[in-house]
Amino acid sequence: MLSRRIIPCLDVRDGQVVKGVRFRDHVVMGEIVDLALRYRDEGADELVFYDITASPQGRSVDRGWVERVARVIDIPFCVAGGIRSVEEARAVLHAGADKISVNSPALERPELIDELAGAFGVQCVVVGIDSLRDADGQWRVHQYTGDPDKTQALARGTLDWMVEAQRCGAGEIVLNCMGSDGVRQGYDLEQLRAARAICHVPLIASGGAGAMEHFREAFQSADVDGALAASVFHSGAIAIPELKRYLAREGVAVRL
Amino acid sequence: MAVVLVDAGGTNIGSVRYALQRLGVEAALTADPVTIRGADKVILPGVGAAGPGMARLRELGLVELMRSLTQPVLGVCLGMQLLCTHSEEGDTECLGVIDAPVRRFHEAPGLRVPHMGWNALASVRTHPLLDGLAAGEQAYFVHSYAVPVGDYTVATSDFGGPFSAVIARGNFHGMQFHPERSAGVGARLLQNFLSL
Repeated sequence: MLSRRIIPCLDVRDGQVVKGVRFRDHVVMGEIVDLALRYRDEGADELVFYDITASPQGRSVDRGWVERVARVIDIPFCVAGGIRSVEEARAVLHAGADKISVNSPALERPELIDELAGAFGVQCVVVGIDSLRDADGQWRVHQYTGDPDKTQALARGTLDWMVEAQRCGAGEIVLNCMGSDGVRQGYDLEQLRAARAICHVPLIASGGAGAMEHFREAFQSADVDGALAASVFHSGAIAIPELKRYLAREGVAVRL
Repeated sequence: MAVVLVDAGGTNIGSVRYALQRLGVEAALTADPVTIRGADKVILPGVGAAGPGMARLRELGLVELMRSLTQPVLGVCLGMQLLCTHSEEGDTECLGVIDAPVRRFHEAPGLRVPHMGWNALASVRTHPLLDGLAAGEQAYFVHSYAVPVGDYTVATSDFGGPFSAVIARGNFHGMQFHPERSAGVGARLLQNFLSL
């Protein structure tokens, strides 16, 4: 049986791992390779690196650290950050990343997803979606969320975009529920369940993990394939080995 | 020991190369027939689609060479599928050194394609590739096409039913998962291949 994945997310800025609360006020958490190795040793199933300033600054991800990570890490990792062409994606994949994740550039030009899937196969192509519920109760997509001064709310509905992204060739979707991000009150189960109902590729929950029960809820109540978290792992509030033993006891299939 | 990685354009070549380096082996990345023919071990990596993968081997003039190799050969992920007879992906004729078809996974409730993530390996027969593998140990898979279970199957995994995770026939071997991304389990299986 396929295991549910525990995925620490490392936000990268200027070559270091940082963490913000509700996408603002970033503090440095540590060096990229050190944290990557620590999570590998603790039993993380996969790592995601977001170069959070790449897209707002109009540049692609820095390949130097991708290669440094690839040399030492023997679990899969995904890289995101301003990848806006097949050539940029190829460079990141050749540097050793297993998957690339696109967010803002795919919103600007959805054909990018088709092009990436055609060049590398859908299994390499992750689409990240930053979603927030507006006052009218609709979930909508937000863009350039790495930089609060540039973040934009789009008219596009989250679920509509998710359908389109899959049609274009997304092999996996990371749904980042911005309303719950960084505040540790649990994943947005209602939104994840709505997403699960229309998502036929692997779905990763992101935003809101604060306790071990939150992971169990996301797997058991929203049937997500993986759960992504940052601050609870960086701070040591939740240790991955303990989390996985807890999930196994609760009947969630995990890799111990 | 000379280990070569066949440069058939797959994007995971770097990862496989680093994994071999962690095992103390410096593998040459090459498309040169003489270098490949003379190697002790040949690894065919590959991420992507079957059609372009075979097209690349044809362009490089490596199809007959790959079929005629007698040293241990390991295909990884798409590389394993290229060792088989035919792939449903793009209706592609493959190398045919292992008499097995490659079929697409069909989506079903709770079964999301691609099959992406960690899944347990189950040994179905004794093979040196599996030396030291403990029951229930998991490897990392990312694929939408798979080889059904047959007499070439060495280990299976389960995704809506069993499929081939490791195959072997004569000197040809395949791993559907990514040993280079399967932590300690993957390192051991790669080491087992190097020790054949």
